[in-house]
Amino acid sequence: MEEIFSAWRGQSLEQILSLCRELLADPSFPTVRRWRQAGGQVVGHFQVYFPEELADAAGCLPLKIRGAPIEGRQSDARFGSYLCSIVKTSLELALAQQIELDLFVTHPICDAARNLAAVWGRNFAYPCQILYLPQNANSAAALPYLRGEYARLQKVLEELTGRTVTESELRASLQLFNTNRRLLRQLYDLRRQSPWRLSAEESYALLAVGGMIPRSEHNRLLEWVLPQIELRSGKPQDRVRVVFEGGFCEQPPLDLLRIIGESCYVVDDDLLIGLRYLIEDVELEGDPLQNLAHAYLERSTYSPVQHDLRKPKERMLLQRIRSAGAEAAILASAKMCEPGMDELVAYSRALDQEGIPYFVSEFEENMTSFDHLQIQLETFVENLMFA
Amino acid sequence: MQPNPPGSPSDREASGLDRCTGQNANFVPVADPGHEPGRSIGREAPGGARGVEPLALVGRGSREGARLFREWFEQLIDAGRRQEPVAYVFVMGSLVEVLRVFDIHTVFPEINSLQTAVRHVAHDYLSQAEDYGYSPDICGYLKADIAVQLRGGTHPMGTIPKPTLAVATNACNTYIKWAEIWERLYQIPVFTLDIPGSRTPGRGALPGSPEFDRDRSYVAAQIGELIELCERLTHKRFDIDRLREVLEQANRLSAAWKKVLAFNCSVPAPFNALTDGTIFLGMANAFRGLAAGASYFTDLADEMEYKSIHGLGTLREEKYRLLFAGVPCYPIFRRFNEMFSEWGGNFVGSTYLWFASGGANLGFQYDLARPLESLAEGVLLSVRHAMDSMFCSDRALLEMIDPLRADGLVFHPIKSCRTVSTGLADARRALLKACNLPSLFIESDMMDKRVVSEAQLKNRIDAFFEGLAARQQLSVAL
Repeated sequence: MEEIFSAWRGQSLEQILSLCRELLADPSFPTVRRWRQAGGQVVGHFQVYFPEELADAAGCLPLKIRGAPIEGRQSDARFGSYLCSIVKTSLELALAQQIELDLFVTHPICDAARNLAAVWGRNFAYPCQILYLPQNANSAAALPYLRGEYARLQKVLEELTGRTVTESELRASLQLFNTNRRLLRQLYDLRRQSPWRLSAEESYALLAVGGMIPRSEHNRLLEWVLPQIELRSGKPQDRVRVVFEGGFCEQPPLDLLRIIGESCYVVDDDLLIGLRYLIEDVELEGDPLQNLAHAYLERSTYSPVQHDLRKPKERMLLQRIRSAGAEAAILASAKMCEPGMDELVAYSRALDQEGIPYFVSEFEENMTSFDHLQIQLETFVENLMFA
Repeated sequence: MQPNPPGSPSDREASGLDRCTGQNANFVPVADPGHEPGRSIGREAPGGARGVEPLALVGRGSREGARLFREWFEQLIDAGRRQEPVAYVFVMGSLVEVLRVFDIHTVFPEINSLQTAVRHVAHDYLSQAEDYGYSPDICGYLKADIAVQLRGGTHPMGTIPKPTLAVATNACNTYIKWAEIWERLYQIPVFTLDIPGSRTPGRGALPGSPEFDRDRSYVAAQIGELIELCERLTHKRFDIDRLREVLEQANRLSAAWKKVLAFNCSVPAPFNALTDGTIFLGMANAFRGLAAGASYFTDLADEMEYKSIHGLGTLREEKYRLLFAGVPCYPIFRRFNEMFSEWGGNFVGSTYLWFASGGANLGFQYDLARPLESLAEGVLLSVRHAMDSMFCSDRALLEMIDPLRADGLVFHPIKSCRTVSTGLADARRALLKACNLPSLFIESDMMDKRVVSEAQLKNRIDAFFEGLAARQQLSVAL
């Protein structure tokens, strides 16, 4: 199949970043349309983590469903009030036929998202499922359960595509995604080491396009741009190094990230954390499904929607702040995001105890006014710099 | 290809509902193991058979429920004074069956929070939790409980004891976040019982299939781990015969609960699913696995049978039989129901009675010959059913419409609970296509009176009944 995102070839770094931003902002999902026009099938998976390797091995395009900055014209009638935006806009994309799927998978990450499979299933004829990733990661039975769950999902994909997925195809996908994980680690290392070379907004654009194109293409893109970023000129400025926490599900608008980047160096974040949930390579030797399940349970990061007694979220946040060499944190939560809002209390108390300054903010994916936030943030930064 | 609308043949097959005959497996009571054989609904007056005067029989469930509940709270408060082990648990998948074997008391924070709302003091608790940092937009039950904890357990019913451990299932995500808060507050062990739900909502793997066996093994292994944890915490050895005793009482309760629900097929319905139902739900959760609980529900079934035989309903005239989807409006609980009953509307069934009993409405009977395996199977099926009845309320309501002879549907999504509320608007749309019943969609909350607008609710409810009345007149004219 031809590349579905090839416009970046032969372009400068600045132009490539601009193309990535445009692709993200385009609600018609042109890469997905191209994929379908070429006869490909699309597996839409809602936030946060999904074993995309399985969809890739089956020859499908794994498409991260992460909402969009659009109005919920049709979807509003299908939901009540008091809901986060991402749930509504994700369904809107499908109802308005901006995206066409062959399979939709959601996860019980929160009380709203777990309803999506039923809502989606009442509105579309294709299969709509819930993937129950283990919420008792500490049980000895979690690994065999998850391995079995991945085997079930593989069967669903085989029925969808009408072809059997071989072990070697699975292994090839694991390897492809291992490469992607390595490249994304490099991207984040680069931000931590020299944040003046790559802003949070630029980094996010490069990361997010990975959720809407095949990983092989994303790897080629990253392999091209990473050396270009390292060559970027610019001098470090006297800015506060911060970690942005709260982007694990609904995504803040790019403009919000740009505004934060104007006064701070965002040296780490949890934006689209599902795309980099596995923090190490997945073993290639042995049973691929077992290895993928093992990596989820044992070699993964954290989010407010995964329960693991070994990973108290506030301790994990402190670790993220320290390993990024950050001086402060921006604790954000999407409006009406219950897990995010629950966690804010634990985060702020832990940071208070450690004496780490933080800025608390609420956002919505389709917010357009940032003036007030900008003033507050600048005040926060000034307080830190001149304290 | 179009999606199967609720009510389509394949849909009926999956739900066990035969719309042609109006028969529904969910409304056929299972045998009560503690009951004498040969008795069936409608054959005799149970009150007379047990030597209870009819006047004493009618209303006994509510009176006894209130008394037993007070005693249960007192016993909990005493347990705190004696520093006996206490587990904080939730209504969907409480695992009291295991905890009772170790004499661990159970606290249901959801019930505690509900009590603050019906006693009109919830706002004090909510404000305190919000001052502590919790958002106004999260679950009100959680916030009221956090305030109870911050007050050292002070609650209108007495002092709630501190937890020794917490058991949460994934039936509601807030359960898990809530338990994490207790973990931080008290440094107690938190056990998350992960129960895989239906992968395609409403169509879970059937017992006997490899997929079901895999899920059951996962649940069984976790129950084993919970038993080990309880042994460590209480220094008691697990006694499987004790578990059998508890399961036997749970069987009696579940069988009788299923019977009670089925009696509301009678016209008039012998109980109100919203008001009486809430008392029954408290009993079904707090007294599960106890002989007192089993006896209460057996007696309750007798009472409902008596009322059913003698045509005793809850209203002077039951004009409209309604089904309820969502969670009741507890801040104005009595008034909320009155807004319906004043028009002759009675709630004869609800999804609440299904999911908030943890799926006990299935009447699952544990096999005492293989208690642990059967416990895993029962927990998996019941909690999965509870989840399905929240996510697929359209299917649940469709199963109730014919047997309960419903005239209308009331959808009541609330701010506090996204688990129950998120899909209700869409479920209503699906039901409008599948059946020709009028429906009402009103929003408020189960805890927070700031988002309860009584006047607005009344306007909507009045208009709904005017429509129902016009519809009834039209059908008579035709």
